Amino acid sequence: MSLTEQQIDRYSRHIILQQVGGLGQEKLLASRVLIVGAGGLGAPAAMYLAAAGVGTIGIVDADKVDLSNLQRQIIHHTDDVGTDKVVSAQAKIRAINPDTQVRTYPQRAVADNIREMIREYDFVIDGTDNFPAKFLVNDACYFEKIPFSHAGILQFDGQLITVVPGESACYRCIFNAPPPANAVPSCSQAGVLGVLAGVIGSLQATEAIKYLLGIGDLLTDTLLTYNALTMTFRKVRLARNPSCRLCGQNPQMTELKDEQQAVCDLKSCKC
Amino acid sequence: MNLIVNGKQTYVTDDLTVGRLLTEKNVKMPEMVSVELNGRILRRADFEETTLKEDDKVEFLYFMGGGRVTD
Repeated sequence: MSLTEQQIDRYSRHIILQQVGGLGQEKLLASRVLIVGAGGLGAPAAMYLAAAGVGTIGIVDADKVDLSNLQRQIIHHTDDVGTDKVVSAQAKIRAINPDTQVRTYPQRAVADNIREMIREYDFVIDGTDNFPAKFLVNDACYFEKIPFSHAGILQFDGQLITVVPGESACYRCIFNAPPPANAVPSCSQAGVLGVLAGVIGSLQATEAIKYLLGIGDLLTDTLLTYNALTMTFRKVRLARNPSCRLCGQNPQMTELKDEQQAVCDLKSCKC
Repeated sequence: MNLIVNGKQTYVTDDLTVGRLLTEKNVKMPEMVSVELNGRILRRADFEETTLKEDDKVEFLYFMGGGRVTD
């Protein structure tokens, strides 16, 4: 593949970066990223990955755009209320960059369908809003050996970690299983600063691009935490957990299962 | 004794267990927190039996995304 005149112009600020260059840009154009959840995290991630020229972006989301989403889910606009999120996201990605092919999955990711979806991609972004989905993305990516970026946000706090399955600590290394019912407020109950989703989702996109280009240091074995009120970033070093049920020395999980939904109503919330 | 809790030097009474530290630090929902002690994730079942030592490094890691309970 070689870049067209227009592409050289469009991606010129990438191409002049020594760590990217023309070859790196071609790599991005040949890359595929799946975004699970077109919400607060998935929105900025999708937009920056599209602008960066990632060749194929898959979007998984079963929801429609709700007015209460617009405070943080910047890929959806006021006129999109009531539209399927995947349709709304696809239109914006196409408008940002016609080089990017969009594949839409207007469905909920569950144990029965997620492996088939993710195995088509080089990297996965977890932009889901609930714990069973976060464990599902982690477990499915482990079984399919697809690297992914996990993130969570609430109120003024956010955190993310990049997982290279089999090589670095996974979500279950840190959290064995979803929390007990009603123990954690969802965004719709506890609130979230809209721009926080932009910060963390953009960091996820950064990790995806670094992974695709093979540059820099990934947030593997490292949880990056951010507090918007104190403007503090912290890196917490982690290691693989030998007793992890999924990737430890004696794994108890040998097949993909859906965890039970343990939190309250999340219909109106995409964190 | 001195501990480093979430990167901050913290003075606590001697012979504190991890479970007790969670209480002292006003973690309202300890079931929402994973604890890393000196670089290793601690099993929840061991919180009450694990006694902290001088200069231990403790990280409270919160479920998030979803959410973190304000502590």
